[in-house]
Amino acid sequence: MRPRVPIPSRYRLFAAVACAVSTVVLAHAAQTPQQPPAPPTPPPQTTPTQPPAGGRQGGGRGQGQTQPGTFPAQQRPPGDPALIERGRGVYTATCTACHGADLRGGQLGGPNLLRSLVVLNDKEGELITPIVKGSRAERGMPPLPLPDDDIRAVAEYIHSVLATSGRQGGPPGVAAPAPDILTGDATAGQAYFTAKCGSCHSPTGDLQGLATRVADPRVLQTMWVSGGAVGGRGRGASASGAQRKPITVTVTAPNGEKVSGRLVRIDHFIVTLARDDGSFQSFRRVGDSPRVEIQDPLAGHKALWSVLTEKDIHDTTAYLVTLK
Amino acid sequence: MTSKRLLYTAPVLLASAMLAAQGRGIDPADLLKPLGDQWPTYSGDYSGKRYSSLKQINQTTVKSLTLAWTVRLTDGPGGGFGGRGGGGGGGVIVGGEGKGDWPIQPDGTIKGTPLMVNDTLYVTTPDNAWALDARDGRELWHFFWRTRGGTHIANRGFGMWKDYLYMETPDNYLVSLEAKTGKERWHKEIASFNEQYFSTMAPIVVGNHVIAGTGNDLDTPGFLQSFDPETGELQWKLYTVPMNPGDPGLDTWPSLDAARHGGAQPWLPGVYDPETKLYIFGTGNPTPAFTQGRGEGDNLFTSSLVAVNVDTGKMAWYFQTSPHDMHDWDSAQTPILFDATVNGRRRKLVSTAARNGYFYTVDRVTGEHVVTTKYGTATNWGLGLRPDGTVKRNNDKNPSVSGSLVSPTPGGTINWEPPAYNPDTGLFYVTERNGFSLIYLTETDPRGSMGLGGVERPTVGGIGSFLTAIDPKNGKVAWREQYPFVGEGGGGGGLLTTAGGLVFGGDAGGNIVAYNATTGKPIWHSRIGTVSNPPITYMLDGRQHLLVAANNVLYAFVLYDPPAARTR
Repeated sequence: MRPRVPIPSRYRLFAAVACAVSTVVLAHAAQTPQQPPAPPTPPPQTTPTQPPAGGRQGGGRGQGQTQPGTFPAQQRPPGDPALIERGRGVYTATCTACHGADLRGGQLGGPNLLRSLVVLNDKEGELITPIVKGSRAERGMPPLPLPDDDIRAVAEYIHSVLATSGRQGGPPGVAAPAPDILTGDATAGQAYFTAKCGSCHSPTGDLQGLATRVADPRVLQTMWVSGGAVGGRGRGASASGAQRKPITVTVTAPNGEKVSGRLVRIDHFIVTLARDDGSFQSFRRVGDSPRVEIQDPLAGHKALWSVLTEKDIHDTTAYLVTLK
Repeated sequence: MTSKRLLYTAPVLLASAMLAAQGRGIDPADLLKPLGDQWPTYSGDYSGKRYSSLKQINQTTVKSLTLAWTVRLTDGPGGGFGGRGGGGGGGVIVGGEGKGDWPIQPDGTIKGTPLMVNDTLYVTTPDNAWALDARDGRELWHFFWRTRGGTHIANRGFGMWKDYLYMETPDNYLVSLEAKTGKERWHKEIASFNEQYFSTMAPIVVGNHVIAGTGNDLDTPGFLQSFDPETGELQWKLYTVPMNPGDPGLDTWPSLDAARHGGAQPWLPGVYDPETKLYIFGTGNPTPAFTQGRGEGDNLFTSSLVAVNVDTGKMAWYFQTSPHDMHDWDSAQTPILFDATVNGRRRKLVSTAARNGYFYTVDRVTGEHVVTTKYGTATNWGLGLRPDGTVKRNNDKNPSVSGSLVSPTPGGTINWEPPAYNPDTGLFYVTERNGFSLIYLTETDPRGSMGLGGVERPTVGGIGSFLTAIDPKNGKVAWREQYPFVGEGGGGGGLLTTAGGLVFGGDAGGNIVAYNATTGKPIWHSRIGTVSNPPITYMLDGRQHLLVAANNVLYAFVLYDPPAARTR
């Protein structure tokens, strides 16, 4: 066995020579991350003993079933951890400058390997090896004098990262912190809140301590815009902790008799309500008879969606996060 | 109808019924005829109208529509149990290259359009296909494809040429079956499984071409292909993004590498104009879908209508419905061909109601822009039109770190569900969903994300969903019939319209509904469950049938005792 990490000194030497240009860029990159203020993207930490993250993608299949990965990249059996680790070391020293620490393209313009058709079709380095050896020199990929078994190790490392790709073609999950969404002006947000929301909501009433109950500003913003539970669906307790008011309906028969209750379902032909005692009553609808009136506690929010600007949203959120 | 005519008609019907043995095929020339007794291709005919000339079921008689039969289709190699479809053919015919480790989903949803040819229905779900007796739904054969995997989201149905059927599989095979027996003739890999393509489209047969598109969520190039119906050999392959230096459209991408990973997957069936020999189809979203990584250009030929000559495979024209799309708004929707007089001039036109909330009419011979209007009531991402008739994007509605409130949702005002056009009313019918999403950019790296990654996109709700009728000559909405108190859902499955003055489609309450094609008012319904496919209609034994699916169950409705002679 070769030593795993760090890689043999002769490859470090090679890296320094073959990528003489890139050492400058690397040093530059280390000081000026691509995405300020986030730190440089760390190499993905693959754990080959875990099932691939993408292994259950594909949508809506039965629970409790052991499903193979959707595509070959995720169906691939876990590779030899020692080989992957060795490949990681060779990759870091030799490939990062051009292809990126996360394999998604680097400072020197090398392509994203996680969407590379060569990588996707490669099994054990048989397609990657000729390219590393110079078959694409005219397209900018310099020949690298790596031994075959090192190239094989790099291929195994690349496949191990690819196996962790996300759903719907997304990249592997990155450890970088989510960007801070708070960019609005809290003072302007308070003014907006007072003008548009104050008739139903109060910072000292129903929204007291809101930002303590909902600590994540993104969740809080989605919640207040939608008017309740995140995602705008479902009944009962909302993310704010308050009991969400149900949609109610009043049905007026031709003889003037009225029945009210919680709206269960409605289409052109039937309306069904639940009474306070838990019983249900449904009515046949023919055109406008019987008369059906729906009281939607979210009507105010729904009316806002068509007129809200991004500035209003972000300002109001900046204000609401102060309601600790 | 007179008794004399009745006497004359009955023996003819009997004779034709005895001659037309089940499982017999169709002449490709039959596909050029107006849609009537049969339903021989995805949209019924090549025009995409989903307009049947049948009118036994009309605004009056539809009120007497009754259930003729129902059958539950059970996916997998075992088959037979759980429904009334059993008792027909022998065992399940099994094909495929998989190891058999892919879990079977026995209640796979029917989203495809069945074919009805010579008293036989041909129905698909992912990895599964059936021939059923159109009279009672009895199974004639069941073909099961042992898959290697792939995204099992839908199968849109069969294409048919003479006595042969063609279907795509999620692991990217074009499979040809004998219509009579369900036995496999051959299968060809039409896109790379390694590269994460998956295939759902109903192949469209034009002359001696089997036209097949595929899908992919990963950053890969889209392409449309044509195959020989006899041998499955590739006839041509049209890439929908620039693939080589000098290719048209390359200047709308930051690099050749970006273009070659730019998406534009044609994953739904298109339409065909025999006069110009043009097959006209829509392309999917650019990739990465929501983030940077595609420069500032229009990213041709993503989210576009594209016309290709069926014999040469060369692109004749394109019209982009979402330049530099930032919201996963495919324009893969099946368009509709029609002729109309616009500004005093007779025009050959094609219309599409795009997923992005805008409606477009284009000259189908030249690709010249005719009409752009906004049909999504809440659609909020546009800032008027550019000189070429495309929509100018409001960059405030791009995915942003702090969140952007966008309508429609990434799912669109319409998604895959086919629209319909009725030449009697001159109206284009489409489902219109007015949802809002907050789209948060989570991947700010200037390289962009990959596929559909790089955002969180919770739905916040909606302000109504409608069956919407549009005058395609000017793009104006003639009427909207709202699904009562529904925010952003409803209207799944797609639409059918007929010479009986009707539009059929699923609503948001689990009903199949017949609407007045002139006014949009509902006339008849049956609560069969959430409608999952486009309804079709066909004539059998003098009775017009309406066939529709809810999940994995097919329902056939008829007039129990129709007027004795055909009112056609």
